[in-house]
Amino acid sequence: MTALLEIRDLKAEIAGKQILNGYDLTVNAGEVHAIMGPNGSGKSTLSYVLSGRPGYKITEGQALLAGADLSQMSVDERAAAGLFLAFQYPLEVPGVATMTFLRAALNAQRKKRGEEEMSSPDLIKRVKELAKILDMDMEMLRRPVNVGFSGGEKKRAETLQMMLLEPKLCILDETDSGLDIDALKVVSYGVNQLRSKDRGIVVITHYQRLLDYITPDVVHVQSAGRIVRTGGKELALELEETGYARYQSEAA
Amino acid sequence: MDKAPVTPARKLTDAEARLAEIFATQLSAGAPQTAKLRAAAFDAFSKRGLPNRRDEAWRYTDLRALLRDVKPLAAPPDESAKQSARNAAVLADVTARRVVFVGGYFVPELSDLSDLEKGLSVMSLSEALAKGDAATTAQIGNVGEVDDPAFALNTAFMGEGVVIRVGAGVCVDRPIQLVFVASAQPATYFLRSLVIVEKGARATLIESFEGDTTQEYHVNAATEVVLEEVASLERLKISREGAAAMHVSTFVAALAADAQLSDFGFNLGGALLRNQSFINISGQRAHAALRGANILKGKEHADATLFLDHAAERSESKALFKSVLDDTSQAVFQGKILVRPGAQKTDARMMARTLLLSEGAQANCKPELEIFADDVQCAHGSTVGALDENLIFYLMARGIPQAEAEALLTEAFVGEVIDAVENRSVREALTTLVSERLRTRQ
Repeated sequence: MTALLEIRDLKAEIAGKQILNGYDLTVNAGEVHAIMGPNGSGKSTLSYVLSGRPGYKITEGQALLAGADLSQMSVDERAAAGLFLAFQYPLEVPGVATMTFLRAALNAQRKKRGEEEMSSPDLIKRVKELAKILDMDMEMLRRPVNVGFSGGEKKRAETLQMMLLEPKLCILDETDSGLDIDALKVVSYGVNQLRSKDRGIVVITHYQRLLDYITPDVVHVQSAGRIVRTGGKELALELEETGYARYQSEAA
Repeated sequence: MDKAPVTPARKLTDAEARLAEIFATQLSAGAPQTAKLRAAAFDAFSKRGLPNRRDEAWRYTDLRALLRDVKPLAAPPDESAKQSARNAAVLADVTARRVVFVGGYFVPELSDLSDLEKGLSVMSLSEALAKGDAATTAQIGNVGEVDDPAFALNTAFMGEGVVIRVGAGVCVDRPIQLVFVASAQPATYFLRSLVIVEKGARATLIESFEGDTTQEYHVNAATEVVLEEVASLERLKISREGAAAMHVSTFVAALAADAQLSDFGFNLGGALLRNQSFINISGQRAHAALRGANILKGKEHADATLFLDHAAERSESKALFKSVLDDTSQAVFQGKILVRPGAQKTDARMMARTLLLSEGAQANCKPELEIFADDVQCAHGSTVGALDENLIFYLMARGIPQAEAEALLTEAFVGEVIDAVENRSVREALTTLVSERLRTRQ
């Protein structure tokens, strides 16, 4: 069976500086992976390379989403193919109404996949359901995208987008940063709702805390731009005890 | 006795010579006061000639160089021209009282002047001038002191337009839309309107200009507005001219005490577009909000030139102009704020923002402040930039294709000036116009 995400010996650079140094990772449908690592180990870079952020260049190796080469797709094509990146710092988009944004995103993806577009009433109904699950006030969703939202509200909004778009592969980039415990619980609940046999989830985090709420099947340690150790969920607890020092020295 | 220095007569351009010829042969008719007004205006025009880059107010729009020939004065429209004007599309979905002009001529059968609200009067300019309407002849050309050759030319040649009077205390809810549709022949149109909003009255005026033709035609339009005490007017001017059209328009407004003016000029097409505004605030606590938006592409050139004259205490003006420039289009913003002696507590702000969608596009911004009072707040600013690449990435990461992401962000940029339009259906229609225009990008 084709893996959902298959990264093989991936090397990538930004502004001429190599950040990923032979990255290997396989995520199968139904699995939740956690990638942990010290600051500066290239965790966010991985998420940007996979989502296609301008400036991030693959120099060697491959990243395949359900067998399709991501490097051959534009950013929006990757999203339509089922890749979703929950941003560490979701952006504010002044002047663009949240509903307009959600409609444009969902229907552009559906159109690209040859599916029927969702009608406005259906969309509003669905967004209302999700807002309830995520304990969000609909008033917030009448504002422009993320404008004036607190850190926690932005992460809820990201989670709502993810739940609405129903991607095949969710990459959560430091979703726990800037979250208080209530928001963390709500966001984790949302993510757990998305766990399914058809979907893969990659949780990128610095701290073990998030993994108390989103239990991973596999934990990886990333250092200096590649995976240096892989284990079960107990690896996260071990890291909490020992810290990242030995992985940093190993990389150096 | 010394001889007075003699300025050698400048050789007229072909266009100037042609204008003189048309003036001499075709415009002697009309009531005596009007003939006198025209003659004085043409005289004023002749002294300066077509404005050119050495005129500071026309520095970036050299009309003398651009106007190579003068198209003939428009002939009355035929049936087919009237028929095609039925499809006039700008703000067609807005509930408004329409007054329609085709090829520069008033077309009663396409206009709705029935059941005028009590206290509202609407008359065609040609009718008012022909019968020597006293109120019209007293006010026209007299609303403000405007020393400008394009406006003088308009006064000399003024052909058709409306005279609107909103009686004291009358509130006209339904917007009045003047629909100017160019016909398919090359022609020159001189359009002129006068709007008097009496004490405590209120109205909404829309002026839309469109031409579905690739022919070159020239529009010289002027609107004079008198706002008496506590009067209020929202004015919207939308220019979606044909690709080869030249459009020069003058707006003159006089604001008495506590009057409120909200003006929005929106340029959506035309080879050359100039909106010049002369706002005279002579009443205390009067308030003028002036907004503009350009969405340009190809080689289009749009010029917004603003002159704000604060001559009374505690008056306010807020100007916000936004331009979206694609290809090699150009936008000009010139804004001058004059605060006269004694106009204390004036609050005047002016901002021009430009979004460049292409490397070949160009923006020129020139603000000027001239302040003769010592207790005022005046500010101006301008920004020029491109779309935020991080935002484009964010939108694309959600599956929105690049062109659509750029259109959404551009709509948001322009949205700020449109959101300030009070009439909801007009606001929605304008949003649709923006959306259509942006989605026809190459």
